[in-house]
Amino acid sequence: MTNDIILETRDLTKHYGGVHALQGANFTLRKGEHVAIMGDNGAGKSTFVRQITGVEQRTRGDVIFDGKPVHFENPMDARNAGIETVFQTLALADQLDVPDNLFLGRELVKFKLGPFSILDYKAMRERTMGALEKTGVKIPNIRGTIERMSGGQRQCVAIARTATFHSKLTIMDEPTAALGVQETAQVENIIRTLKEAGEPLILISHNMRQVMDLCDRIVVFRRGRICANLDIKNNDITGEDVVAYITGAKTQPEYADAA
Amino acid sequence: MSETSHGIGGLSFDAKKRAWPNEMNVFIALIAIIVIFEILGQVLPYMKGQSLLFDFNTNRDGTILNMVRLKIIILQVSIIGIIAIGSTQVIISGGIDLSPGSIVGLTAMVAMSFAQTALVNGNPNPKAIFGEAWMDLPVIVPIVVAIAVGTFAGLVNGLLVAYTRIPPFIATLGMMVAARGAAKWWSKGQPISFPTEPFGAIGNGMSGWSPVVIFIGLAILFHFILKYTVYGKHTYAIGSNEDAARMSGIKVDRHKVLVYTIAGILAGLSALVLASKNLTAQAGMGVMYELDAIAMTVIGGVSLAGGRGSIVGTVLGALIFGVIISGFTYLRLDAYYQEMVKGVIIVAAVVLDQWRRQRAAARA
Repeated sequence: MTNDIILETRDLTKHYGGVHALQGANFTLRKGEHVAIMGDNGAGKSTFVRQITGVEQRTRGDVIFDGKPVHFENPMDARNAGIETVFQTLALADQLDVPDNLFLGRELVKFKLGPFSILDYKAMRERTMGALEKTGVKIPNIRGTIERMSGGQRQCVAIARTATFHSKLTIMDEPTAALGVQETAQVENIIRTLKEAGEPLILISHNMRQVMDLCDRIVVFRRGRICANLDIKNNDITGEDVVAYITGAKTQPEYADAA
Repeated sequence: MSETSHGIGGLSFDAKKRAWPNEMNVFIALIAIIVIFEILGQVLPYMKGQSLLFDFNTNRDGTILNMVRLKIIILQVSIIGIIAIGSTQVIISGGIDLSPGSIVGLTAMVAMSFAQTALVNGNPNPKAIFGEAWMDLPVIVPIVVAIAVGTFAGLVNGLLVAYTRIPPFIATLGMMVAARGAAKWWSKGQPISFPTEPFGAIGNGMSGWSPVVIFIGLAILFHFILKYTVYGKHTYAIGSNEDAARMSGIKVDRHKVLVYTIAGILAGLSALVLASKNLTAQAGMGVMYELDAIAMTVIGGVSLAGGRGSIVGTVLGALIFGVIISGFTYLRLDAYYQEMVKGVIIVAAVVLDQWRRQRAAARA
């Protein structure tokens, strides 16, 4: 039973000086599960993600990823271990094309020669096409530069990275916050494709409809603590219930000390 | 898959359509400028129907092209062109390098000191810097010395930019002033002359074409490096979005050190060719070369905002630069006008680049 848990945190805590941004978060994510993290601004959602992805170093607690306790020094460590994060600010180089961006920092080479290693453009293009097909991302011309693409297409490129590198866990921090209706729909389609492929996901989002549509479970953060763990697939939970947990009108009994 | 063509969010793309390369625009500009000078040569009354590049009425060497002027044009941009190759990659990485002109001065002085010959027409070398034991050294010695001086100066630039986080403009401005001072200090302001014959061949060999060959050779090498190696890709990535590059695990600081070091090496090589071509070195060599080099890159479509440009563009930019200078001489206009027009062209090129970027941003 325990070996199908891809990510577990125990008593994960982060203090910034005297500010307790994250307090004793116990969180589990099973393989193939899509979990949403919700909460008000400053509730600790992003802090939680930053501790997992090595952007910051935690004050206390354990992170167990894929069965092993981990301690990522930086985002690259986390990425090498198989955690792919789509940041709120897109980490894309505008003047480069799609394969260049997908393989940025981990280029495929034909011939190793230190910094002057020769790039294998063909292999990168082929793997890019494969990844786009797998995720259902439709970008007509992958050799066009990012600056010529719409916001939705850019977001899709950022997400397609996860498929290219067979990551074990994808984390998305408000992937549709800046997108229009059509573009949001396309990103949501990609998330469904990831679900069908059995790839686990942590989705930070303020969009209740989106979360209800896409996720199996909602974990609510409030004032740095987890205050609810809602199984929305199997229980009859409405958006209003979730809002009640977010605002503090309700707290699950097992998280009573968070109130 | 690649055959599909459809729109998202009101945009549509054609999979087969490749973007019009910016180098093409620069090439057209080059042709246009040549045509303008040709027309001026034909219509200006005092020019009596002369031609800038063509040779219709005489058959001095049996070709229709005026090879003499063509050679002058290409030769005069080759030495600064070598610097411009280095500046291209610095600017693509989002930086700027103001020091190569001074590095040329310093490198020329130091390298020439190791290239002197002991006897000039049977008399001792009147400009000797070191004792006789240091004279008539194999030509590889001044070459290695030039590369070493360039490497050192470039490395200092790179370390300053990457690790003190001061703007590249300031770091390389410091090097510009300091290296010029060092060049003057080296021989207390005295010129250094009378190199060995093999050293003189570096910049005068192949019936005078060797600077051009060296420039084109280096341009091809760096075209390849920027386009087909990890180094090149990371240079563009850093200039395009430094934070993204860092988040992607690119060692940005280390890469910048390398970029500025390579620019220093190219300045050193440029000094080598210049000192050899002139058979003498002076502390004042290379003044303002960095600005001419930057002008060539900017005219060639390299964006001062970083992330955009190519060696092909810079080579074309260098040719435009050369044609304009030659063209002004050919129209017998004063050097003052040349510099004024140079200034206008640089500003116009940057304005054009900004306009292009705004248009690209508006399209997205």
